[in-house]
Order: sequence, then C-alpha cells, then structure tokens
Amino acid sequence: MTDDLLDGLSDPARAAGWADAPPRVGFFTDTSVCIGCKACEVACKEWNAVPDDGFDLLGTSYDNTGGLSANSWRHVAFVEQPALPPVDPVSAPVDALAAAAEATPDFRWLMMSDVCKHCTHAGCLDVCPTGALFRTEFSTVVVQEDICNGCGYCIPACPYGVIDQRAGDGRAWKCTMCYDRLGDGLSPACATACPTESIQFGELSRLREKAERRVATLREQGVSRAHLYGADPDDGVGGDGAFFLLLDDPEVYGLPPDPVVGTRDLPAMWKRAGLAALAMAAAAVVSFAGGRR
Amino acid sequence: MGVRTWIEGWPVYRQLTGDDPLGRGAAAESQRSRALTARTSTADSVARSVCPYCAVGCGQRVYVKDRQVVQIEGDPDSPISRGRLCPKGSASKSLVTSDRRQQRVLHRRPYATDWEELDLETAMDMIADRMVAAREATWEDADDDGNPLNRTLGFASLGGATLDNEENYLIKKLFTAMGALQIENQARI
Amino acid sequence: MAEAHPVGFQWVMEAKSRGATVIHVDPRYTRTSAVADMYVPVRAGADIAFLGGVINYILSNEKDFREYVLAYTNASTVLSEDFQDTEDLDGLFSGYDPEHGAYDQSSWMYAGREHEGRQAEQSGQERETAAGLRAESHGPPIGHDTEKDPTLAHPRCVYQVLKRHYARYTPEVVERLCGVPTSDFLRVCEAWTANSGRERTSALVYSVGWTQHSVGVQYIRAGAIIQLLLGNMGRPGGGVMALRGHASIQGSTDIPTLFNLLPGYLQMPHHRQHPTFDKWVDALRHPGQKGFWSDARAYAISLLKAYWGEAATADNDFGYGWLPRLTGDHGTYRQVLDMIDGKIKGYFLLGQNPAVGSAHGRAQRLGMANLDWLVVRDLFMTESATFWKDGPEIATGEIVTEQCGTEVFFLPAASHVEKEGTFTQTQRLLQWREKAVDPPGDCRSELWFMYHLGRRIRDRLASSTAPRDQAILRLTWDYRLHGERGDEPSAEDVLREINGYEVDTGTPLSSYTQMKADGSTAGGCWIYTGVYADGVNQAARRKPGGEQSWVAPEWGWAWPSNRRALYNRASADPDGKPWSERKKYVWWDPEAGSWTGHDVPDFEKGKDPSYRPDADATGVDAIAGDDPFIMQGDGKGWLYVPSGLIDGPLPTHYEPVESTVRNPLYTQQANPTRKVYDRSDNQLNPSPPQQHAEVFPYVFCTSRLTEHHTAGGMSRTLAYLSELQPHMFVEVSPALAAERGLEHLGWAHVVTARAAIEARVMITSRLRPLRIDDRIVHQIWLPYHWGGQGLVTGDSVNDLIGIALDPNVLIQESKVGTCDIRPGRRPTGVELLAYVEAYRKRAGMSGDRYASMLTKDEHDG
Repeated sequence: MTDDLLDGLSDPARAAGWADAPPRVGFFTDTSVCIGCKACEVACKEWNAVPDDGFDLLGTSYDNTGGLSANSWRHVAFVEQPALPPVDPVSAPVDALAAAAEATPDFRWLMMSDVCKHCTHAGCLDVCPTGALFRTEFSTVVVQEDICNGCGYCIPACPYGVIDQRAGDGRAWKCTMCYDRLGDGLSPACATACPTESIQFGELSRLREKAERRVATLREQGVSRAHLYGADPDDGVGGDGAFFLLLDDPEVYGLPPDPVVGTRDLPAMWKRAGLAALAMAAAAVVSFAGGRR
Repeated sequence: MGVRTWIEGWPVYRQLTGDDPLGRGAAAESQRSRALTARTSTADSVARSVCPYCAVGCGQRVYVKDRQVVQIEGDPDSPISRGRLCPKGSASKSLVTSDRRQQRVLHRRPYATDWEELDLETAMDMIADRMVAAREATWEDADDDGNPLNRTLGFASLGGATLDNEENYLIKKLFTAMGALQIENQARI
Repeated sequence: MAEAHPVGFQWVMEAKSRGATVIHVDPRYTRTSAVADMYVPVRAGADIAFLGGVINYILSNEKDFREYVLAYTNASTVLSEDFQDTEDLDGLFSGYDPEHGAYDQSSWMYAGREHEGRQAEQSGQERETAAGLRAESHGPPIGHDTEKDPTLAHPRCVYQVLKRHYARYTPEVVERLCGVPTSDFLRVCEAWTANSGRERTSALVYSVGWTQHSVGVQYIRAGAIIQLLLGNMGRPGGGVMALRGHASIQGSTDIPTLFNLLPGYLQMPHHRQHPTFDKWVDALRHPGQKGFWSDARAYAISLLKAYWGEAATADNDFGYGWLPRLTGDHGTYRQVLDMIDGKIKGYFLLGQNPAVGSAHGRAQRLGMANLDWLVVRDLFMTESATFWKDGPEIATGEIVTEQCGTEVFFLPAASHVEKEGTFTQTQRLLQWREKAVDPPGDCRSELWFMYHLGRRIRDRLASSTAPRDQAILRLTWDYRLHGERGDEPSAEDVLREINGYEVDTGTPLSSYTQMKADGSTAGGCWIYTGVYADGVNQAARRKPGGEQSWVAPEWGWAWPSNRRALYNRASADPDGKPWSERKKYVWWDPEAGSWTGHDVPDFEKGKDPSYRPDADATGVDAIAGDDPFIMQGDGKGWLYVPSGLIDGPLPTHYEPVESTVRNPLYTQQANPTRKVYDRSDNQLNPSPPQQHAEVFPYVFCTSRLTEHHTAGGMSRTLAYLSELQPHMFVEVSPALAAERGLEHLGWAHVVTARAAIEARVMITSRLRPLRIDDRIVHQIWLPYHWGGQGLVTGDSVNDLIGIALDPNVLIQESKVGTCDIRPGRRPTGVELLAYVEAYRKRAGMSGDRYASMLTKDEHDG
C-alpha cells in the first residue's frame, strides 16, 4: 500500500487523500497546430493576475518571453529551422546566400506553448517543507500562495526548471492549471482561449488516447518525427499531467530529453524515515498549537 | 470558529487523521485554497459583448462584480469564435481596466507647453463654438456657375472603424447637416 | 491570417484537419506559412502577375467550370470592335487621355453600347471623388439584345479577350516577375483548379496586403476572375473573403464615415453632375437599370426622411438641397495636404491615430501642427494628441512647441464594454454589444459626444433664419436618454432609425423592399433594413451556435436580409438544382414554388429558374430566373468589367509606384491612372526607367504582428501585449544582412525620400532573396505598430511611406515601397533632415522632378 501511496502512479489524487477525487485532468499541447499567437500567455496572466515579465527584445525568433518563470506560466517557444542557410552569411558572397535560400525550401517554423508539467512524481511537491505545494483532487500540483514562505527548495527540485521565485516577493509561483476554475467546472484560461485547440484540457487518460491517434494521423501524413513527450507513465517523472506532441527532438524546443525527478528514490527513504516523520509531526502539533495565540 | 473546527483546520491534524498521511494533498490544502472559486461564478452580472480589436467579431462575455469588470473571456456560444480569443482579445480586461487609460479631459492652449485639465461640459461648449465659427468662416453657398455647394471645408474628421454603427450614423448625420464633407475613416486607409 | 486574425484562422485549421490544402502566398514567411501545406514567397507588388498566371493556366488548360461560366458570367458577351488591350498598346487600354490621366471608356463597352462609356474627363472626376465603382453596379442598363456567343468562339467575346490578355502570363513569366519557381507555381494552379468545380469549392482570402496598393482594386478583381472561372462564387466554401482589421470597419463603410458616400453606398452628390435631386437619384438608379439598384429613389428618399423627418417633403425634394456637394477629392490624404497648406481649421480624430497609422507620418503631423484646433477622442494618450510636444518633428525643429498654435482637446472615450451598440464584422454580420459598466470619469461614448455636440450647435443656431442653418435645425435629433447619468442617447433608438420605419405609425420596416419613394417611409441605411424587423433587435440574437444549423442564421444579423453568403443563387445550377449534394446551399423547390435552403436565398423567393423577362423589363423584373448576380446590370458575374473601374476592364500587371524592377511586360511602368500629389513634401523614390533608382535598392513591406493592433493605441499601452513584442524591429534575410553588414539584434536604419527610421535587426530565413529577371531582389519587412507613446516605443514605419493612391478608391500604396537599409542608428535632430535630403539629392530629386503618369521611354524623368 505504501508503495502505491508514494508512487501514486495510477491515481495521484486518491493517493494524496482525495477519497472522492475526480478523474485526473491535464493538458495535451499539440504543437502541430500551434500558430504561436500567445493567447495562452495573455489569457493566463489576465486570469491569474501574473505580473508582466519585462519588455526585452530577445532575438530568439518571436519569443520575447524566454522561458517559464514566476511571471510567465505559459511560454510559447519559436524555433526556426534551419536557423540560417547552410552557408556562412559573413564570408559567403551574397549570390551564394541567395542561391542557398532558394535551394532550402523545407524551412519550417515550430511553435510550442510550454507549461508546468504537473508531474506524477512532482519533485517540487516532494521537497516542499511547508505544505505550500500540494496535490489537488484533480491530481494537479499547486503552490498555495498563502502558505509558501519563499524557502526556494522547490526550485532545484524541478527537472524542467519550471517553478521559480518571484523577485521582490520571494514566493514560488507557477501554473496552477487554474485550480480556482477547475473547482467550478471550467477549463483553464489558456486552453479556453487557444484559437486552434493546440492546448487541450481534459481527462488525462482520454487526452492520451486522443494524442496517440493524432500522432498516428500525422505519421500517416508523412510527419515521421511526430511523437509524444511526457505521456509515458514509465518515464523519469512518472508521466506528466501536461504532455506534448512534438515535431522534433525535445531539446529543439528547450525541453530536457529525459527528465528525472530528483526525489524518485523517496519511497525507500520514506520507509526508513517513517517513524521519525511521525515524531516530527507530533512535535509540529505542539508548535502549531503554541503559535496560534 | 469552534475549537473542534479550529483543530480540524490544522494540516497536521488532517494529515494524521485523514487519508493523506504524507500531507501532500487533501491534508495540505489551506483554507484559502479550499475557498477558491472562479470569479466568473461569483460575478453580479455578465454582458454579452464583442471583441473590439479586429473584424472577426469574436464573442466576449464581460463579467462584472461591484460595478467593476473582473473578467472578459470568449463566448462559447458564438458560432464565429466558439469561445476562443487571440492575445489581443484575451487582453481586453487590461484594455478596459488599465490605469493608464485617460479619464479626464485635457486641453492644450495654443502655444502652450503642457496640458491643463478642463471640465467636460466646458470642453463641449468650446468645441461647439469652434465648429460653428469654422463653418461660418468657410461656408460656400455655390460654385462659380451657380450650382449649389452648400458646404464647409473648414473642418474634417477621421475615425469610425473602431466605433459602433449607431455612432457612425450620428457622425455622418450631424456633419452632413452642417455641410461638412471631409469625413473619413480607416476604411480609406 | 494566423498573424492578424488568429481566431478566424481556427476554421482554416479545422478545414485542414478535414483534408483541405492550405496555400499561403506572401512576401514573408509568417505564422500562417508555418502551418500551411504550401508556402509560396512572392515579390511584393507582383500579385497581378501571379494571379494572371493562374488565369492563364485555367484558360489554356480549359480548367474553368464551363457550365457555371457560361450561365453565370459575362464570358460569352461580345465586346466593342474598338476595344484594344494592354497587349496591343504596350500597357495601356484603348482610350487613354494624357490630359486627364484617365480613360475614355467608350471602347471598353459591350458591342453596341459604346455611347454609354465614360468620357475621360468624367472618368478623371470619378477618380477624384472615388466614384468609379458606382458605375459597376449602378451602371448603364444592358439590353437583352447585347450580342453573345455561347460557343465562346467569337474573337471579341469576353472569354477570348481574357484568354489573349493573359496569354503572356505564363509560368515562366510568373517566375521572372514574382520570383516563384515554375514548379511551385504549377502546384498552386493544380491544387486550386483540382479543388474547384461541381463537387468542390476553394476560398480565396486576402487582407490589406491587397488593398493597400496603387492597383489594389485590380488585385481583388484578379482574384474574383479566378473564382468566377472556377465556379467558386456564391457557393459554400468558396468566395473572395476580405479579412478586415478593425472591429467595425465594415460597418463604417456601410454606414460610412467616408467623404464620398452616404449610408447604404448612396453616392454623395457632386456639384456639377447632380445639381438637382432627380439627376442625383437617376445617377444612383440609372433609369432602365436592372436589379435592386433600380429602387434607389426609395432608398434615397427614406434616408432623407430619416435625416429631416417632417421637414423633408416632396416640395423641397425631401431636403436634397441641404446635402453638401463634392467638387473633387476630399479624401483623408487631400485633407492632410490641405492642412499643411492652411486650408483647414479644425480636425476630429475619433479613435484614430494618423500620426502613426496613416501613410507619410511627417505630413500628418505637420498638417496637425497647422490647424486652429484639434479634437482627439481615444482610450489612451496617442501620438496624434501629443505631436506638439514630443513628436519626431520636435526633435528636428520642424515643429516648435511654443510656436505651434494648434489648440488640442483630448476627450477620453468609453470602451466597448461601457456602451451598447452594434459592430459589423468582416462578413457583414451585425452583433449587438450589451453595456457591462458605465464609463469612468469623463469617458463618454461617441454617441454621447455627437449627440450633445449636435444639441449644443442647434442651441447656438436656434434663432437663425439663414437657409444653411435650417439643415441643422430641422434635423431629427430626438433620441431617448438613459443610463446612470441620464444623458446617454439610446443606441437602440438610433438602430431603429437606421433600420427604418413607416412614418405614420412608426412601425419598423422588415425589408428594404418596403421602402417607398413617396416619403411614407424613413430609413437611415437601406441595406440594414431588417435589423429591427418585428420591432426586435435582431443583432442581439445569441442562439448558441451548437443549437442551430452550421450557417447559424440566428446569431446576430447579416445585411442584406440576414443573408450569410451573397449571390447564393449561384450555389444551384441554372435549373435551380444544387450543383452537387456535397455543395448544397440554396435551391429551388418546384413543389413549393420557392427558393429554399440553408441560407436566406439571395434571389426573389418565388422567381422560377425558368423565368425570362420581357425585352422591355426593367428593375428587379428584368433579372432572369437564372441570373444570380442580382446587383449587376446584366445579372452576370463580370469577368470583364466594361464600366466601373478607372484603370481598366481587366487587371494588368503594373509595377508599384516605387519599384526596383522595370516592368518586364510593358513600356508602361506603373498604373497610368494612379492618384498622385506631386509636391515637394511628398516626393516618391525614383523607379526604373527613371535614373537613380539604385539609391533605394531594396523593397520593403509592412504589416501587423499578432501581438499588436494597428497604431498601437490599444496594444502598446498594455503590459501583457507589450512584453510579447517589446521593440520595433526590421526583418532581413541572412543574405541582405551580409550585403549591408547588419548584425542580429543590432541597430539598423531604413531610408526613403520621406524619412529615416531606426529599428533592431532580426536576421531570419523567413525572408529570402528572390531572383527576378536574373537579378537578386531583397525584401525587408517591418511591423507598423510603433510610435512615441505607450509602454513600448519606437520609430513609426508609416513615416517611410509617401502618398500615392489607387484611382478607384483612393487608398494609399503602403504595402510596398523602395528603401535603403544601413547598419547603426539614424542621425537625430537637424542632422536627420540633412541625411534624408542627401539621399534625395543623390536620387536626383531636388527641384520639381516627378515621374510622369505615362512612361515614355527608357529615361523617363
């Protein structure tokens, strides 16, 4: 029982004490239909009142967000392939460059809306000492802003580099999958806005089936490198609650190819530390009661 | 809050007595988290609206609480947009609630180096005076052959593509009745 | 489309997922290209060569939908013997008159109708008043005796003329002119034709990339020819769709704030052409005319009744005498130049920011600096409201704040959620918006502003007996007031007036066919009649899309008559049966004796397909049961346009006014009827065969980014949008970067005869050099959103652009021009003026040296 409790592979919410948990939900982000409009970034910020992230021209194609951070919970990556023609623009004569441009018609521009993965094994949650990070009844992973004390332990624990401390505030912030909306039966703001259904929200098991079918369709159409990222329950994070259909290697989009949660070995450690933990908890009761006054 | 409720509110109590012995889920949920609800569901009213940016005409629902716009999102009923919005449409709440919006009439006197505030009614009177005077000064009754002209070229107007049909109708109606011809909008551009 | 209309683009993505092929033709690889099946780079300004090539492909391979073409277009109509083509006259059609820079259009007419063609002087006048298009729909009647050849063999029939005209637009010529490899071009042709016909339809979608050209109307015409030849008009999944860029820009054309139009596309009267009411009305309806324009007298009188109520009587021609008269060009660019010349005293900017958003920003600002007064109404502070203290001309010393006498009023506007009213979106759909909250502070709607301004003006003139003031005093101006402050005019009252009503009873009209020419009906915009049918605000209908048919007729209201697809009679064959089960839309039900289907039929409901009019029939009765194009004088879709266009009956490739390329097809370089303003403050870069074109060796084009909106007033003011595209930039290809020594993210400046602006450099393979006529043409691209106000600021692209206009609609050529680009920032202060002046000198532009309309020889100066 303890193994399943700690792994929580089949049902993370139930394992986290949600007896009547609804089915696990998640995001399926299909990059093959993303048009890079960034509606997801804006809709997220409007709903969650996330501050702006600074006005810097980054020069990485149309991406001026740069990555996920405390102030950007959705991030659209833009990848131009090939970035430059196969001729050195500095030394080559202009005619050769022009000829090269003509000869490379298979240029493509990939776009992907990145987000917190809401891992099955969530490193951030595992290391959070305050209980600010918790597993919701929807199996998502949420930071509670009223609990977080800004210790920052969660930040190195995330294998994707998602969770981040907000400057001037100190607390950790990331995508909540719009926890407040889910409770009212709504979809997260990003998925609601997405014009082309690149971001799909729903029951994770169904999304995985849908995504498998989409990969098959694309492969039939000759998109041979189409594959899913984060959909495999046997991967280093136990599968993601937010997974992706990619058209190239994960690194191309700035994603780690084989993310492993640093706390994967925790179950064994927990067994050894079980009694100690209970003792500490008892001590905490005392200190809570004392601190209440 | 009774003592029992108070104690039940402790995460550790819940952790030890509930189904979440590791305190990573139900037991860890704060009171604030438990009370969270979408502000769309607590709104006082919802207005059916249309996005003000491009001409696709996406449906919007405007949620109002305590006479403030608290959320604008796509109207899923719209057969045009099916509830979706682009980044600009998604920024509509910022557009209407921005504290950068001008909310006072400003006036720059000729040759002045800065704005001054002006009462709205006074500004309206001043503008009406200037229109009437410009019209008087530039009125043309007829051309050289005696054909009626019945017009003024003394003032002009540009704008209308972001305005309502009813507004454009009144602009054209009033200006035409004044004999003003030079009315244009973005459709010429 | 994905860039500027992302939510509309969901339907393209859905079509793609169902197997549609998406083709994107654009000078630059955009977010649309990224998901298209085919991206075809093209040289900016060469679209007619491209589209003409498609027409040539269709005709030379007989890929047209022949049954449709024969029945529904004017392909078989025989033209005048006098007609000569640009292929015969080296780039001119017959009838060119150099004195007026316009055509005598007699020879363009159908055989036997020559006498009805416009004279050159009249054609020139119509250019000035943007009235040319009037002659298309409201044009001369076309008799049943007009010669036709249903075998399409007659050498002077439209089909054969079209074929000859485009015969030289071969794939090889397309490659030479547009830089599109032959193989890519043929793939487009094959995909387009294979997906058109009885069972399938293709849609053509464009935006201002087509309209903002000196031959803009002819671009769209060329698209329309293809869609007619392939049978894609009036059918589901077909059409030529304009994606317009502002929430109610369609509405502001229908209920125009435009100098040349009254509501419902009624022309403003011209002092010489329309001295009397009857002459004006006859010009609208053209006695003997077929189709629905024949009732224009009822539309016109109803409008005048809506304006002047009881004061509009048969005795005073319903107040016609009160309408101001056009004498020529009064368009926005003429106005700006007149402001510079001190001819205009006052200027209203109503949600518009020409200092950034209009061509030739410097002229815009210098014009505003020479006004007595300026009223700006907007949500946020705009560059047009602050030119007197921080515009670019302050830095150059051309405007000195203490010497600038323009009095400026800034009045804050109500946002879209703070007022109620209708927007008309890009498919003619009116959608009513409910008010969510009252506007804050001094913010007010335009409805409030105009109403109370009118009230004040009427008060001031109340005791006047001057005839000119009666137009204001007798105006109907009595809308109910409501709202929190009790002073907001009722938009529903205004909408009711727009819809129209019976004068005696006030009962709303249900259809424009109820309008009468006797003054018993009033209505502010005949094409909007029905929006208040049954006394119900039909634009406010919100039946969920999922609960009705795919056409969704109960969501909002579309003009005319809630019809969602125009000319939809063409979705059925001549006998009234659907062309195919798959493409069924409206059809004739013989049992019921009426037209029926998914949409409101765009045809008289009870008119049998076999109906044939009498020879002397006029008006709607003259439209046969198998003539779907009911607004045209012959009920046909016009492949060839005998009247209605200033610059020719067929689209022909001309180079942009500023081009780096000599027109490979004709001696005539650019549109010989374009509208230009030759003045020292509006110089245009020299183009071949003029000398010194090489001073401006590159082509630039401009457009929008998804993250911003037009001149930036509604986007650069918002943090969540500004952070996504925080800086003005210029996109260049790696090859051009190498040629000019530009560094990624470094600064560069772009120079034209008007200005030099600076931007950060984005080197990207999304722009690629094109091989045109065996030389390399480099194109650069710039977004036009930036200016000096807002959270993110930068130089304005429209400062680069000179004023040269399409002759039919007086829209500027701002989608293509020539320029130089250099590394580093531009000079500042007076040095900037000297820098641009040096370019002009090198280009031989000192003094009054302007390109002549007619290109005479290889060194035309």
